[in-house]
Amino acid sequence: MAAESTAEGGSGFSIYPMDQFIVKPLSGDGPVHWYTPTNVTLWMGIALLCIFALFVLATRHRGIIPTRLQSVAEVFYGFIHNMVEEVAGHDGVKYFPYVMTLFLFILLSNLLGLLPMSFTTTSHVAVTATLALLVFFGVTLIGIARKGLGFFSMFWVSSAPLALRPVLAVIEIISYIMRPVSHSIRLAGNLLAGHAVLKVFAGFASMAIISPLAIAGAVGIYALEVLVAFVQAYVFTILTCVYLKDAVGDAHH
Amino acid sequence: MASEPYLEEAAGTCVNANGGAIGMPQLCTDWMPNQIFWLAVALVVLFVILSRVALPRIGAVLAERKGTITNDLAAAEELKLKAVEAEKAYNEALATARAEAAKIVAAAKADIQKDLDVATAKADAEISARATESEAKIAEIRAGAEEAVQTVAKDTAKELVAALGGSADARSVTAAINARLKG
Repeated sequence: MAAESTAEGGSGFSIYPMDQFIVKPLSGDGPVHWYTPTNVTLWMGIALLCIFALFVLATRHRGIIPTRLQSVAEVFYGFIHNMVEEVAGHDGVKYFPYVMTLFLFILLSNLLGLLPMSFTTTSHVAVTATLALLVFFGVTLIGIARKGLGFFSMFWVSSAPLALRPVLAVIEIISYIMRPVSHSIRLAGNLLAGHAVLKVFAGFASMAIISPLAIAGAVGIYALEVLVAFVQAYVFTILTCVYLKDAVGDAHH
Repeated sequence: MASEPYLEEAAGTCVNANGGAIGMPQLCTDWMPNQIFWLAVALVVLFVILSRVALPRIGAVLAERKGTITNDLAAAEELKLKAVEAEKAYNEALATARAEAAKIVAAAKADIQKDLDVATAKADAEISARATESEAKIAEIRAGAEEAVQTVAKDTAKELVAALGGSADARSVTAAINARLKG
């Protein structure tokens, strides 16, 4: 964003779609240490404040007849609770707070990222990969804790012919290990691409001839991105539930 | 997107002199510890907020609402049964009352009919008695009138004969009158 104002005066037409993803210290310039408060800190904090407002402040009356905001919070609660119960099974419900944490964090980060001048924390692979690895290791540990070594029997497809089983086991193990990769790249890639395209359209709006087209395109992409923000949060969450089912459900594969 | 310059740059620079991104900021390893650290902080805080405060609260509210609704539905069901019962009782009472009313009406009708019959019979008897009496009177009057006519005619005829200068004996006048009256 800063780059656009300091763009080289040469052609007068320059688009820097990737500048919106730069991590910056909140206190102007300086090195980014692991503890430095950055725009990552700021926008994660804003996401937390939004969630706090919706889920704590709006529900403080504990109304039997809910206020509007309380019913919004209840809708999210019911939606994710049902998803965990239906997808991961009855035993998965005790992991509902973890799933809810992931869902709300991703959803609010996605939506806040759509505000102009904001920073999209979930467009960074570092963030989504951490989330996906948390799910991956969490699910694996839960599975081993609940089923012991029996957890690994899900790689041994007992319904297949015996000769095929070792081959299938290799494929199953590879697909299991690749889960966090697809899990994280899907989320970050969707947001990264959408926001970059949005920026490109916005950049073209500075050319008078095509600016109406570019603005219409940006509006369309923005609408699409709102949808993507919800859908990607949903997809990440439901995949978490599907993975959780492997760990807590019956090992029917 | 020039990703090559980023790889050629010395570690620690993902931003060029103008503050623009070099390559994909997503691949800048310098920023990753910062992002992961703050993500961990955010997730822990969010998890504590949700699991300690928000989710138990919402769960309790939903359970309480469900209980209230179930209770209300049960109460409504009970009231509905009562209403149906009351309606049944009302209909029964109505039917009984109707039957009783019909009975009373029939009894009253029978009484009235009896009275009416008696009165009619009495009236009929009276009427026929009066009619015979009247007939007798009429016959009497008619007979009286005939006699009176004869008398008047005789007297008149005698007077007329006398007035005309003739003398008529009563017998021949009477005979003439009788002959006339018969004719």
